[in-house]
Amino acid sequence: MTETAPTADTPSLTDPVPPAAADSGAGATVEFRGLRRSFGATTALDGLDLTVRPGELLALLGPSGCGKTTALRMVAGFETPDSGAVLVDGSDITGIPAHRRDAGMVFQSYSLFPHLNARDNVAFGLKMRPAPHPTTTPIRRASRRPLGGAERRKRADELLELIGLPQYGDRYPHQLSGGQQQRIALARALALRPRVLLLDEPLSALDAKVRLTLREEIRRLQQELGITTLFVTHDQEEALSMADRVAVMHAGRLEQCATPAELYARPTTAFVAEFVGTMNRIPGRVGEDPGTVEVLGQRLPVDGERTAAQQDVEVLVRPENVLLSAQGGSGAVITGSTFLGAVTRLGVQLPDGRSIKVDLSTHEAAALPAGSGVTVSLPERPVLVDARATD
Amino acid sequence: MAGMTAATLTASIDPPPGEQASARRRGRPRFGRAAVLVIFGLYFAVPILASFLFTVDDPVKGFSLSAYSQIFSVAGLWPALRLSLELAVATIAVVYLLLIPAVVAVRLGGPRLRTFVELVCTLPLVVPSIALTAGITSVLRWGSDNMVPGQTTFIQQLLIDIQNPSFPVILLLAYVVMALPLAYRTLDAGMRALDVRTLLEAAQNNGAGRTRAIVTVILPNLRGALLNTAFLTLALVLGEFTVSSILGFVPFAVWIVNGNAAGQGPVTVAVSIVSLVLTWLLLLVLSAGGGRRGAAAPANQ
Repeated sequence: MTETAPTADTPSLTDPVPPAAADSGAGATVEFRGLRRSFGATTALDGLDLTVRPGELLALLGPSGCGKTTALRMVAGFETPDSGAVLVDGSDITGIPAHRRDAGMVFQSYSLFPHLNARDNVAFGLKMRPAPHPTTTPIRRASRRPLGGAERRKRADELLELIGLPQYGDRYPHQLSGGQQQRIALARALALRPRVLLLDEPLSALDAKVRLTLREEIRRLQQELGITTLFVTHDQEEALSMADRVAVMHAGRLEQCATPAELYARPTTAFVAEFVGTMNRIPGRVGEDPGTVEVLGQRLPVDGERTAAQQDVEVLVRPENVLLSAQGGSGAVITGSTFLGAVTRLGVQLPDGRSIKVDLSTHEAAALPAGSGVTVSLPERPVLVDARATD
Repeated sequence: MAGMTAATLTASIDPPPGEQASARRRGRPRFGRAAVLVIFGLYFAVPILASFLFTVDDPVKGFSLSAYSQIFSVAGLWPALRLSLELAVATIAVVYLLLIPAVVAVRLGGPRLRTFVELVCTLPLVVPSIALTAGITSVLRWGSDNMVPGQTTFIQQLLIDIQNPSFPVILLLAYVVMALPLAYRTLDAGMRALDVRTLLEAAQNNGAGRTRAIVTVILPNLRGALLNTAFLTLALVLGEFTVSSILGFVPFAVWIVNGNAAGQGPVTVAVSIVSLVLTWLLLLVLSAGGGRRGAAAPANQ
């Protein structure tokens, strides 16, 4: 992908937002109710319940095949659920065909129409379907006064300005870089002033640098317009850095929906704990009271899901939450280190042979070269436990 | 500052690696390319030139264009040509109507549908046109053999109607079948270059219904493939002889062989050359009409 103009991927959005683009109005509430969908033998959605609040950016995060894209496509009208419903502002839109829905979508692959230039791509929807009055119902009616050609061009130019590419209106998609194309696609999705914006991994085809700038820009635009946005991604960093809330999905179900900080600090299930961030599994045993667990010679309260009493389990601990002291003799040994900047990630082999990762400040880690004996402990805080994996 | 300028200069002088490679390649095979070009040129040009010389060679005068002037006085040229062109246009239209939805459906549907459509469209390739004609003849004959005067059934009437010599629908049907293999492959190749599903979904997301999305988004991007389909179909219809001749119709190709002054060697060959030039011109017109992509696209607002 050649960048025809490198500056164009870092435009300023400090310019005032054109009023016509900014008046999308408050976002809508989107609700998934008991959505089920299977394709042959595979179940894409297995009873998904989720509510997206007005004006928030909600990331649907999960491994591939977890049903996140299927859920998004149901809002767009490209998939129909086997059962369940999709509600926008309380009204059921499940039966409304895709071209009458009030949701703008940006696709994973470049989806600009190759035969139209950027401006006409953005204006395409205005030609197909006149822009509604700002106070529209979620169900759009096709009988509005169509905009004239000049009006459409004007509005398209406003949108191009909004996304920072005002000078690119006459360019064709093949003359634009990937990042520029996705920006234009975003402008096209916003052209009809939708009440819901759907982003289906819009950054995954872009290179890392463009991805970062576009990430920030999407977020800024979304906040400026106050549009309810569903963002599908398999990249946890993307989800955690952009979203108001992140919904982690697994096997067609919602595992947890929470703010990024809460998701990281207090995952409610083992899956979320493992999927978001790095997690150590340290062997432990639940005591007679199922509310406590014995691990590394300590007795700690159990957080979240509990297992039966007196069972062998694994305690889930983040690398930054493991404590190391330089006293040897416990049998734990440093096996290696990876410099990550401010912190250094140490590999530690526990006495039972299991390896864990521990993050220490680089300064502290310097005192612990590979091969030195250490003592591993955990802070006195509730911990997550999971049934022990049978290996 | 100076260093930067130097670096910029070097960057602008050094061609990208791809160009370097092609520059290296350019030198050696020039001779080979020329040889291939000459061989192919001769292969095509010699017969045409020889035919042309034959038509202008006059035993008495040495050179004469009379064979060409005679063409237009031979009865039946214009009706035959018109019939061929009408059939060509109709065939192209029917092929488009049949295949565009089919190819889109194949792109959106599963691989099983694809195999099925591919099989159906390839079938005419293995049925010789003589066999196709034999089949058509026997069906048509069945209609006339079982006819009781004054009591024509609907089907018999239909069989009569489709043989109307001023516009034989039966030829159109046969030509559509014969054009299917090439037309399908061409359209499918054009479609393969597009992400049909995403483009259609993007169009629908922007408020276009399914049919409108195909017309406004898929067709303009298939221009090349559609033109190629038209080329192939036009060439096929203008040159088709077997079916039309056996069924007793006189389109252009049949007229060239049977209709014009038989026995006058140079005139027959002159007609062939004219038909060659004519087909070529039609193809040129088609490609010129479709070549204004850049100019046509911005106007489409």
